[in-house]
Amino acid sequence: MSIDLETAARVAKLARIKVEDDALPALADEFNTILGFIEQLNEVDVDGVEPMVSVTPMRLARRQDGVTDGNQQDKVLANAPDAREGFFAVPKVVE
Amino acid sequence: MSDLTKLTVAAARDAMRAGEVTSVELTEACIAAIDGADALGAFVHKTPELALEQAGAADARIKAGDAPGMCGIPMGIKDLFCTKGVASQAGSRILEGFKPEYESTVSAQLFDAGAVMLGKLNMDEFAMGSSNETSCYGNAVNPWRRGNDDTALTPGGSSGGSASAVAADLCLAATGTDTGGSIRQPAAFTGTVGIKPTYGRCSRWGIVAFASSLDQAGPMTKSVRDAAIVLGAMAGHDPKDSTSADLQVPDFEAMLTGDINGKKIGIPAEYRMEGMPIEIEKLWAEGADMLRDAGAEILDISLPHTKYALPAYYVIAPAEASSNLARYDGVRYGHRATLAQGDGITEMYEKTRAEGFGPEVQRRVMVGTYVLSAGFYDAYYNRARKVRTLIKKDFEDVFAAGIDAILTPATPSSAFGLGEMAEADPVQMYLNDVFTVTVNLAGLPGISVPTGQDKQGLPMGLQLIGRPWEEGDLLNTAYALEAAAGFMAKPGKWW
Repeated sequence: MSIDLETAARVAKLARIKVEDDALPALADEFNTILGFIEQLNEVDVDGVEPMVSVTPMRLARRQDGVTDGNQQDKVLANAPDAREGFFAVPKVVE
Repeated sequence: MSDLTKLTVAAARDAMRAGEVTSVELTEACIAAIDGADALGAFVHKTPELALEQAGAADARIKAGDAPGMCGIPMGIKDLFCTKGVASQAGSRILEGFKPEYESTVSAQLFDAGAVMLGKLNMDEFAMGSSNETSCYGNAVNPWRRGNDDTALTPGGSSGGSASAVAADLCLAATGTDTGGSIRQPAAFTGTVGIKPTYGRCSRWGIVAFASSLDQAGPMTKSVRDAAIVLGAMAGHDPKDSTSADLQVPDFEAMLTGDINGKKIGIPAEYRMEGMPIEIEKLWAEGADMLRDAGAEILDISLPHTKYALPAYYVIAPAEASSNLARYDGVRYGHRATLAQGDGITEMYEKTRAEGFGPEVQRRVMVGTYVLSAGFYDAYYNRARKVRTLIKKDFEDVFAAGIDAILTPATPSSAFGLGEMAEADPVQMYLNDVFTVTVNLAGLPGISVPTGQDKQGLPMGLQLIGRPWEEGDLLNTAYALEAAAGFMAKPGKWW
């Protein structure tokens, strides 16, 4: 499997990371090196093997479906790059 | 009294309890040592005022009696831990300015036990790296040098600042985290002890997530006894982390008898790598001899899927990272890019992440995005998870056959020079974790113990891998190895 420039650009887009066009060839090369390394996994016979879900066999704990936290609007917003009137502010999303 | 910073946690605890020294005195000595060690790049956010306040409170508590073992112990905290009101950036530009409104469970437990925080420690960005060179703060530097050569060496990574600070006696102990070897490799590179406990032993709540199914916190210390003491304070069930285990934390220190008579120690054939330096091979053989002399039985074992651990890791860890790091979008915290006229929210995400993430983080997020994308999920991600099942089974099989612990080298080399790997492709750097990454994939406890020096005088470590939840037994075996190896060397002070 070889990654071409178009695929590299698509992956960058999916990851929401801006990559300039002139940086794409180097990125594709690095992907190919890493994926080439990963290809070794194809040598392993995994027929009938379950994919691991949890490394320690445990049942997720359940709790009462009740409110345990809240009323911290100021704390939630304290680190925001832009917060106004009790909300996170972002560029216009809908025209 | 500059020697105060050289104390172990155990010695400092005993001296404080005996009234021979106060936490304030210890803390002041550490603050002075830190201020004189900027060349090491270990502490990236210093908190001397907070430290002295905590130390004063600890002294009062010790005076009142019945203070826990960690009370008054000055520590460094890896930048990956969220600490309330104190910058917590995970070594990344994207978290510039972030001051958490909450405290991670592990650091909260340490503070409840009376530990003192001297500041935050350097690390690879989002814990992605093996040399601390991906940090937004610049390099952390190893206090060790090759003889009289002044080449700056890596302290390892990702917990490079933690390792450097402990090895240079800037603090008595430090917290680290380990996703593929990030505690054990830097410990081996700096002549310190580092343990990654069983997955689920320490709460991950409030620790910036890299790969959630692999991440575990653990202590980095000057001795195995200290590792037992600090781990005891860090560990325990936390309802806020659904993967934290609801199990009693034993008194690890009390389990250090040094008696390993009749223990079965496995030597895995697959860890004998082609091109492994002869010094590492020799160290490994000597370690086996030491354990045998201490009464253990040394047995050859096989972990047949070892070779596939690193490639499986480089599917699973980036996949989880791409998902975990999706939250850094410039909306809720940290850095937001300056936008051009007409830029919408997509441009904001893309520019923010391009500016905020360094090259290695970008690379891993994108690899993770790729292996999880439609059409490749089965070929890469599901296949890697199946291989992970087989890797875990390898360990289960040898433990079922009666093996108590497994002895391996901790790293394929001693510390290398900063910048030496700059021209290498990313995979070359990944090979640093070849002996440690299996342990994360299988969720097991692993500890790195310094046992020797190479011909240039650099420390080298061996790794012991234990059964799940049996950190106490593992620490005891490590204690016996430490006693037999008698590693006492310290780096000469040049900084």
